[in-house]
Amino acid sequence: MGEVRRHKRHSEGALHIGASTPRADAYAKVTGAEKFAADYYSSDMVWAGVKRGAAPHGVIKGIFTDEACKAPGVIAVLTHRDIRGSNRQGVVRKDQPVLADKKVRHCGDAVALVLAEDRETLLRALDLIRLDLEALPGVFDVEEALKDGAPLVHEDNAGGNTLLEAHIQTGDGLTAFERCDEVIEGRFETPWQEHAYLETEVGWAQQQNDGKVVIVASTQTPFRDRAEVAEAIGLDLEQVRVIAPYTGGAFGGKDGITVQTLLALAALHSNGRPVKMWWEREESFIAGTKRHPTRLYYRLGAKGDGVLHALAARLYFDTGPYDHLGGVVMTLALEHAGGAYRIPHALLDAWCVYTNNPIGGAFRAFGVTQVTAAMEQMMDMLAARLDMDPLELRLKNALTRGEKTCVGVTLTGSTGLVECLERVERHPLRTERYAWKAAAGPFKRRGVGIAALMHAAGYGTVVPDYANAKIELTPEGKIRIYCGVVDMGQGNASANAQIAGSILNQNMDSMELVLPDTDRTLPSGSASASRCTYTFGNALIGAAEILKNRILQKAADLLMAPSTDDLTLAPGKVVNRATGAQIPLSRLGRLMAESERTAISHFRAPVAKDRLDVTDELRLHGLGHAVISYGAHLAAVEVDEITGAVEVVSYLSATDCGRALNPQIYEQQIHGGICQGLGFALFEDFRVEQGTVKSPDLATYIIPTAPDTPNMESLPVELHEPTGPFGLKGVGEIATNGPAPAVANALADACGIRMFRLPMTPERVLLALRGRETR
Amino acid sequence: MKIDFRLNGAAIQVDCAADRRVIDLLREDLGLTGAKESCGAGECGSCAILVDGEGKLSCLMLAAQLEGREITTVEGLASEGRLHPLQEAFVEKGAVQCGFCTPGAVMASLDLLRRNPNPARAEIREGLAGNLCRCTGYQKIIDAVEAASKIMQRRERP
Repeated sequence: MGEVRRHKRHSEGALHIGASTPRADAYAKVTGAEKFAADYYSSDMVWAGVKRGAAPHGVIKGIFTDEACKAPGVIAVLTHRDIRGSNRQGVVRKDQPVLADKKVRHCGDAVALVLAEDRETLLRALDLIRLDLEALPGVFDVEEALKDGAPLVHEDNAGGNTLLEAHIQTGDGLTAFERCDEVIEGRFETPWQEHAYLETEVGWAQQQNDGKVVIVASTQTPFRDRAEVAEAIGLDLEQVRVIAPYTGGAFGGKDGITVQTLLALAALHSNGRPVKMWWEREESFIAGTKRHPTRLYYRLGAKGDGVLHALAARLYFDTGPYDHLGGVVMTLALEHAGGAYRIPHALLDAWCVYTNNPIGGAFRAFGVTQVTAAMEQMMDMLAARLDMDPLELRLKNALTRGEKTCVGVTLTGSTGLVECLERVERHPLRTERYAWKAAAGPFKRRGVGIAALMHAAGYGTVVPDYANAKIELTPEGKIRIYCGVVDMGQGNASANAQIAGSILNQNMDSMELVLPDTDRTLPSGSASASRCTYTFGNALIGAAEILKNRILQKAADLLMAPSTDDLTLAPGKVVNRATGAQIPLSRLGRLMAESERTAISHFRAPVAKDRLDVTDELRLHGLGHAVISYGAHLAAVEVDEITGAVEVVSYLSATDCGRALNPQIYEQQIHGGICQGLGFALFEDFRVEQGTVKSPDLATYIIPTAPDTPNMESLPVELHEPTGPFGLKGVGEIATNGPAPAVANALADACGIRMFRLPMTPERVLLALRGRETR
Repeated sequence: MKIDFRLNGAAIQVDCAADRRVIDLLREDLGLTGAKESCGAGECGSCAILVDGEGKLSCLMLAAQLEGREITTVEGLASEGRLHPLQEAFVEKGAVQCGFCTPGAVMASLDLLRRNPNPARAEIREGLAGNLCRCTGYQKIIDAVEAASKIMQRRERP
């Protein structure tokens, strides 16, 4: 716990911005040495697990734990009665019980917590707990939930089943449709998407002798978790420490509490023994959060020449029984509902709705994936109606710097949509598409589709998007970075080493990373929102520059140089260029006081400055972002007319990512985002019937495998972002948004069918093909 | 029961229940946490190990099945601080992101290259179809296996 990571490296020389340096974490991961939260064990460890209500909606009449308590090997059985704190958690609205008290509101609600000597005993004890639930009628559809008389998920919620609603009008709103030559309408449905990270929710906790509870968890949000845990179970903030190792995948599903509070509660009842909790795959699928399912009604109007004129959209988000991040997800979707296009008149309405379905939450690209799937199909439908090329239609309407989005946000940063579209336009997959399509074999149809993307980074206008970077020259002469933002697999910890290493002219061997730990690193927000390297990187540049000046000043003093002008940092030392004199960093590290050799810097990300005509509540939920990435995607697909299977043969993306600090990590993010987007588009069918999950494992919920995935080309469009660290913008999420519309548009190009419901499974494609024939 | 086998090149005896899952034996009892558990049902490949050189899923094996066998886990691949060429390729080609599937993917790739030392990219994709990865989109894993196969073949030539 709390160890420092050193890196065995094979390449030499100082680190550079723009170099594809292999990641600092790869060595320990490829040898099996890296210790994830799942890898914590000890001989005196206690296993903890959760009894779940297993009913979508009901009143808790009784929780009978006597038999479980008496079972040999059971250490404790806890219910809501054992919680001293608020027993409520949640990121924005604290509406989720740690252990259900009055009601269960979805099948995954936790009702009792068991501590046992081993896993077998734990599972037996969980089976011995009996629940007396009085079933209540449930509500499982967003529009049904908004009707009068619908069963209420939270009786005390002022808005009924509405968690958050928003209405934005710009320009003339709906009346502008009267002046349109063409109006297109569409109703789209997108499903839940399960994160399906390889490391399911897991953690380890122990109460120390001084009463402090130390939690090691697979989490994106250690600092926020700490406060939530403390409040929910009645501890002081200082009594909780959260340590966040590298996660085995997170993608938004660990943006908030999973096991943390339960583990801390268990640790209070384990007599000082460490406690481990590790959700099984089925439990993860049932109790974990998912990408919100949506129903999206779109109406898009244009002039006869293809100039967009008006947009009306009604967006419904199913957040399940708890807010989690539902209101924030909905608000980001609203901001992106009209894409990166010039649309002078708009009326956008959105509702985030409580139901008794699984919990909706953060998932890579945070609501933007859903609205982009709709809007980018609308663009192709409009292009078809106008008999225009889809790419030309997008170029004609693409926003450029200084213009406003349809919600009224002015694009002040680098704005590279046009450049991305032009890169795709010139690519052989585009220029040679007619020949490729014509070469399809018997019973095969080929099509090429595109999508244009924008994705805003950071928290938006009100909630401060900040980071505090700390860096140290150690007495051993190493550079130690105290990472405040979790590395959930995206490589930001390694990027930190590259940033500081390039400023201090050190190689990877000299870099040490301290991963997020509420006792050792400084609060720097969540690992989310395409913000990690942007926000923390900016803070780290500040800290590294301070440290550099201090090191050079100290070296000047010791070398009796008149100033630092002739001094330069080299790997492991400072060199006087004028005299050739050298001084090793290890000597400087020993001679500098801790306060001298430690530097801290704060950065807060810019936000949109427009005075938008929206409610304070919407602003609080994030409306108005300033730093935005752009992209253009192309999918080339082959459809089997006999089976309905859609094969994505080639995939191209061009991304305005600002400066790519490490092109290899840039590609990793784009590849991963595309692959998850392809899963969303084609395979991932999370099925829920009356609140019950019907696809509880990886055999019934199909994520893309290696043979399912096409060759991907990922062109960086490196427009300099003036506010970014070395010109960078975040690219953690944007690529996820492209595949659904690009593949749907390719499918329409191939066979003339339009898929309004995802995923585009062979069955649905076949039905659509038959429908086309009968029509 | 007492079970004798070889683990990463050394003889070992364990005393555990015959039906203890091999993944639990490795991770909990022997401290080898390189093999990961992600589904516990043979669907994801994260727990892959080599048994007498052949790829097996340790979540589907019981301890008694190890008697007399030669077991290799990801911890046994590097020797004297030098990575196996396949590990080296995973690092260099950027095939590692969150890293939770990585040990399983490396072991499955070894099994693949044993059966087919010079696989085409499509054959690598098929060969790794049982190893789920949620981060990489697989492309850089394919790159790594392709690069390693070339290096390993060169080394094996006299």
